[in-house]
Amino acid sequence: MPETLEDLAEREYEHGFVTEIETERIPKGLSEEIVRIISSKKDEPEWLLEWRLKALARFQQMLARGQHPSWAQVSYPEIDFQDMYYYAAPKPKKQLESLDEVDPELLATYDKLGIPLAEQKRLAGVAVDAVFDSVSVATTYKEELAKQGILFGSFSDAVKQHPELVRKYLGSVVPYSDNFFAALNSAVFSDGSFAYIPAGVRCPMELSTYFRINAQETGQFERTLIVAEEGSYVSYLEGCTAPMRDENQLHAAVVELVALDDAEIKYSTVQNWYPGDKNGKGGIYNFVTKRGACRGRRSKISWTQVETGSAITWKYPSCLLQGDESVGEFYSVALTNNMQQADTGTKMIHLGKNTKSTIISKGISAGRGQQSYRGLVRIGPRAEGARNYSQCDSLLLGDRCGAHTFPYLEVKNASSTVEHEATTSKIGEDQLFYCRQRGLSEEDAISMIVNGFCKEVLRELPMEFAVEAQKLLDISLEGSVG
Amino acid sequence: MSRILEEARDRFLALAGEAPPAGGLALLREVGLEAFAEQGLPDTKQEEWRYTRLTPLAEIAWTNAPAAIGVKQSSLEAAAEPVFGCEPVVFVDGRHRAGLPGGAGAGEVAALAESAEAPALLGTLAEARSHPFVGLNGALCQDGARVTLRGEAPCLVHLVFAEATEAAASHPRVLIEAAPGSRGTVIVDHVSLEETTHLANAVLEVEVGANASLDLVVLQRQGKRSFHAGHVAGRVERDGRLRTHTLTLGGAFVRNDLVVTLVGEGAECAMKGLYLGTGEELIDNHTWIDHSVPQCRSDELYKGVLAGRSQGVFRGRVVVRPDAQKTEAQQSNPNLLLSDDAEIDSKPQLEIYADDVKCSHGSAIGRLDPEALFYLRSRGIDVDEARALLTRGFAGEVLAALPEPTLAEAVGALFSERLERAGESP
Repeated sequence: MPETLEDLAEREYEHGFVTEIETERIPKGLSEEIVRIISSKKDEPEWLLEWRLKALARFQQMLARGQHPSWAQVSYPEIDFQDMYYYAAPKPKKQLESLDEVDPELLATYDKLGIPLAEQKRLAGVAVDAVFDSVSVATTYKEELAKQGILFGSFSDAVKQHPELVRKYLGSVVPYSDNFFAALNSAVFSDGSFAYIPAGVRCPMELSTYFRINAQETGQFERTLIVAEEGSYVSYLEGCTAPMRDENQLHAAVVELVALDDAEIKYSTVQNWYPGDKNGKGGIYNFVTKRGACRGRRSKISWTQVETGSAITWKYPSCLLQGDESVGEFYSVALTNNMQQADTGTKMIHLGKNTKSTIISKGISAGRGQQSYRGLVRIGPRAEGARNYSQCDSLLLGDRCGAHTFPYLEVKNASSTVEHEATTSKIGEDQLFYCRQRGLSEEDAISMIVNGFCKEVLRELPMEFAVEAQKLLDISLEGSVG
Repeated sequence: MSRILEEARDRFLALAGEAPPAGGLALLREVGLEAFAEQGLPDTKQEEWRYTRLTPLAEIAWTNAPAAIGVKQSSLEAAAEPVFGCEPVVFVDGRHRAGLPGGAGAGEVAALAESAEAPALLGTLAEARSHPFVGLNGALCQDGARVTLRGEAPCLVHLVFAEATEAAASHPRVLIEAAPGSRGTVIVDHVSLEETTHLANAVLEVEVGANASLDLVVLQRQGKRSFHAGHVAGRVERDGRLRTHTLTLGGAFVRNDLVVTLVGEGAECAMKGLYLGTGEELIDNHTWIDHSVPQCRSDELYKGVLAGRSQGVFRGRVVVRPDAQKTEAQQSNPNLLLSDDAEIDSKPQLEIYADDVKCSHGSAIGRLDPEALFYLRSRGIDVDEARALLTRGFAGEVLAALPEPTLAEAVGALFSERLERAGESP
């Protein structure tokens, strides 16, 4: 593979292609009317429309008051929320019953992404609910899951088929008034995934969605809700890519997880949205609210994320540790190259007794990338014996990048133990020398060191994802060193 | 800004109108007044004040400290006792009263209000607009000291800022200049002469010249009802060394800001801090080390002991500027919670814009190790004494770095006494 460094540096975004399929869009802009159109297109019940409208009112109030969040260590031009499409769906030609009926061009898109549905179907163990610009076009393995009583499908279907569940849990972890982008999402969310694991069921396969933003100037506002009943277990994978566009696209998703007694949810993300070109033109604004509530005793929620894409990432997957002895985990690798900016981290809110949380965050900054770890660990006054361990390491490649750490530790209980450690350094000359002395090229040596640096996080990922994540890291970093 | 904070700002502005003129300090006052009028008192929506509510301070109707000394001669003499090995220079309610010129071995100390050129030097390191309390200090400053260290013989200067008058607010300003190649220790000692509610809002500007070495000890041992805001702005030139020791032993409200900029290659800064909160005290330490040039080192250790219903806040910022390669920066903030009602909010923070650096920070929060307690008890030491030993041991690491052993002993004894008096064990 005799590619020169220059070739690698010039390498363009691999997943940058536009699928030419007819999309159905509603006019630009944000208003009550738009929200009503979205809601009616999806045949939503009255209560959901009302909820959306309340969220819209809240969002418009925050917008009017200038409450656009500005505390993150990122900079971008002001977003014009009226100059955006809030809904785009591939035009339905007819009802789809099997994969064979899916638009072949759409399937080809997934082929290029390396996760062909057709192949996935044959690959045992992964059920994909592919979200293509807001509408879930195909869901695999639904029947097999249904046998175990597991509900997994698009959010819109869930609203129709299981309104009582959606109504019970929607907004219970991330209320529509939670923050600026959550309010926007609650008003205009178009689709997303819904998973419900009944009591005592261990989900036999990894559930997976694949998000992709295709149409120009649309924001993708998906909403994911996962409920794990008593004693159940589920592992959920989420991957994201977006084609190349010059304008910045907004992605404001909300993910809510609920774990009841003894339940465990493992949520893994590989985020590879288009990061913009090397001059910072274009790219995705990824402003996401993710939160899980460990409601039950001994429940566990584990977030694992590999963030290599997006022009701007603003994302803090959090755990509310309400149940006694519940456990929250956060494993993250974030990579910023060229002009990318990332402000990411987690919140661990300890409320129950003997709750535990672990935070492992690895940041890699190259080119002119800027990234920050921002995390909150809060031990409430009643969280007897709570325990937290946080470790945040940053690796700097290049003299124009930056890495920042902003941990907040708030402790109101003396019986708790909280530890936070962070380091920042570059790859040691001696490490590089050692590898090169043994015949590795500089590129390979750096790739190996970076992979080693991220190992603690990557090993938390399910196998298929770990391979993809490692590949992504290599691709994203190539050309940034030397 | 809430109504209470606004009213407090207006009262302070009115006080500036009433304050007697202070000769050479007129310019400082003018700039400070303008800056403070603009900024006012911050509320908790501001990141720097997120955990620190100023309402208790704003609710008090502060007055300008009286010109006449309202304290007994005996307590004044007690304050002027040479406890740390040199004659102290004493300021009461922010004005110079006794002890000038400095005692044996001291550098030059001049009272600011009587100094001709010193006022012109003020406000360059601690800019009025950089912090609301710096603006306030400038607006109401009556007096202060200029300390100059020269020559290679180590010098020791002890400044005592004693507060006495009920509801009085004093705003002393200190300028410390360590000339190139000089060595010395400056102790800035904040005490209460009477158990009154008073506010000491001190601003220290510290210039460490090339190759100079300065130990700055800020000892805050005011009474239980006292309010304290202390701002230290330092600059360290090439190969200079600044070691700060911020020892906070209590007060109803204490806010310390320490900002050090390393401007010459090879400069070093060590920040040590110890804070003890008892009762319902609030102790807030904000530090900021700015590495603006290559090849500098910084090392920070702030330890907190929080008992009763006290609240501790720590925010340590380390900034490494784009060209500051080969920087080494360490920061650590361990905290000991001695009671279930105590609270600590810790926010260590690294901002790094250069790549060839070694930086780390850590923060830990916990209680006394039950195994260590058991070990001591199994050897016949009763539980209160064991707790006292362990707590004192925890604090010892910071005290051991003090330049004078007598100082470490005195502060250690004071630390244990305060903890004991608060009714906490030890």
